[in-house]
Amino acid sequence: MKVRLLDIAHARSGDKGDTANVGVIANRPEWFPLIARELTQERVTRHFAGMIEGEVDRFELPNLNALNFLLHGALGGGGTLSLKTDAQGKVYSTALLRMMLDVPDAEARALGLPSA
Amino acid sequence: MTERVVRVASGQGFWGDSLDAPRQQVENGPVDYLMLDYLAEVTMSILQKQKERDPAMGYARDFVGAMDSVLDAVTERGVRVVANAGGVNPPACATAIQGVAKKCGKSLRIGVVTGDDLLPRLNELVEQGHALAHMETGEPLETVRDRVLSANAYIGSRPIVEALSRKAQVVITGRSTDTALTMAPIRFEYGWKDTDYDRLAAGIVAGHILECGAQSSGGNCQYDWRNIPDLANVGYPIADAYEDGSFVVTKHPNTGGRVSVQTVSEQLVYEMGDPHGYITPDVIADFSTIRIEDAGPDRVRVFGIKGYAPTDKLKVSIAYKSGYKAVGTLVYSWPDALEKAQLADRILRERLERLGLRFDEILTEFVGASATHGPLAGDAGRNAPEIQLRVGVRSDDRATVERFTREIAPLVLNGPPGVTGFAGGRPKVEEIVAYWPALIDKTVVQTHVEIV
Repeated sequence: MKVRLLDIAHARSGDKGDTANVGVIANRPEWFPLIARELTQERVTRHFAGMIEGEVDRFELPNLNALNFLLHGALGGGGTLSLKTDAQGKVYSTALLRMMLDVPDAEARALGLPSA
Repeated sequence: MTERVVRVASGQGFWGDSLDAPRQQVENGPVDYLMLDYLAEVTMSILQKQKERDPAMGYARDFVGAMDSVLDAVTERGVRVVANAGGVNPPACATAIQGVAKKCGKSLRIGVVTGDDLLPRLNELVEQGHALAHMETGEPLETVRDRVLSANAYIGSRPIVEALSRKAQVVITGRSTDTALTMAPIRFEYGWKDTDYDRLAAGIVAGHILECGAQSSGGNCQYDWRNIPDLANVGYPIADAYEDGSFVVTKHPNTGGRVSVQTVSEQLVYEMGDPHGYITPDVIADFSTIRIEDAGPDRVRVFGIKGYAPTDKLKVSIAYKSGYKAVGTLVYSWPDALEKAQLADRILRERLERLGLRFDEILTEFVGASATHGPLAGDAGRNAPEIQLRVGVRSDDRATVERFTREIAPLVLNGPPGVTGFAGGRPKVEEIVAYWPALIDKTVVQTHVEIV
């Protein structure tokens, strides 16, 4: 089943220099393991291909049912140097939530995931 | 006997935040401390420029109005204020606040924290071998030394605690860390030592939740945003801190917004780096140990936080001049709005090329199609009712950027059709003040507290 990350998680993003951070939080604690499994460093790197120049770091915060991603080279120089509309990376959060996940039907049903 | 609680209210998340929030925080219910955060990364350089023009300036002037609005609460009900409004001139800020008090026939005891300003000592420090290398690129400060506008060390909770212990009703700092403004009063009330790392870390986490104002009480919250009540009357967050380091995030009754596990979690991950090591001058907080639970309507309990000994460095916020930029926009309408905007961009770039103008960067964005989500937005712009063409340039040469600003408006008559939205006039040339984060040995920075 196709599941849109937007429907099972929420997120907030911000900046530190030329790096954007995206914290993504499972809408329900029982959905966190699935999100942690699907949102690998590789998957998120591919998702943002063409949008960022550097690497992606990934951190787990099971205590908050959350993952934190650092997107390096994401802000066109960052801060006041950046010419971008989103110079402070405020909406990388929703850009991540566009991701579509392929979840086995049985698992999706068991977890009560909304279908995209 | 009821358990002791220290109540810290957030009344300002940045310079430019709500003018009414400080007063509402002291009038809508009981609080012990009012915490006001005015400083962002580039704010110090703006304040430095103001101080150069007038030696009595260089602080966040919004704070004067804020103090005026909470003066009765401070002098009559004992609410104490901690603010980093001092910017690059905390003594001048204190003088202005004393002026407000005097005008109202009151007297105030103000603690003024200084010592964070490294600008007067910068040459000396570099000569002594402090490279002040850029934390991301590793470049030595030498490369931009002659363009530096301000340099301030991020200082921690100790001088604020000293000011409070000397009975200051208002504490004014320069570049204190945002989180210290909340942690210091809690640690002062409970007498936490320098080595009480877990509890100091808990105070830092409380500070992180409070430092962006209403962003933890329903503002800018993605989760269930449609149903967050009455943001027009949003209640700013409050931390009820206990002796063991745990605290409850809440807000005053009869205010809008929401305090929930989701609103607080979104703020916890905001501007987060490595969650295992949130470094501050006082302590390293481990955000992976934070426990968070629902504690009733608009109440969230936060506990279980671990902290570790701090490093022997302080972060330094340096601002330097880094050329000029300008951004020009035009709006193209249906039909084929995106194609027209794309053609206009090609024409503009060709003209800039023919003029022989060289930029460090030219960036074109199509707002409504792909400006913020890039290729992830797919073909969303294809049948858009309108698309904004947004072109930004950056150069060390002001005249080059100036010339660019003259090339946007002509497109209205000599470019593709269906164009509008140029009423704002020519784009403004902006001098860029860039941010240079560095580290310095703690031993180099001595803070001072003066009571006035």
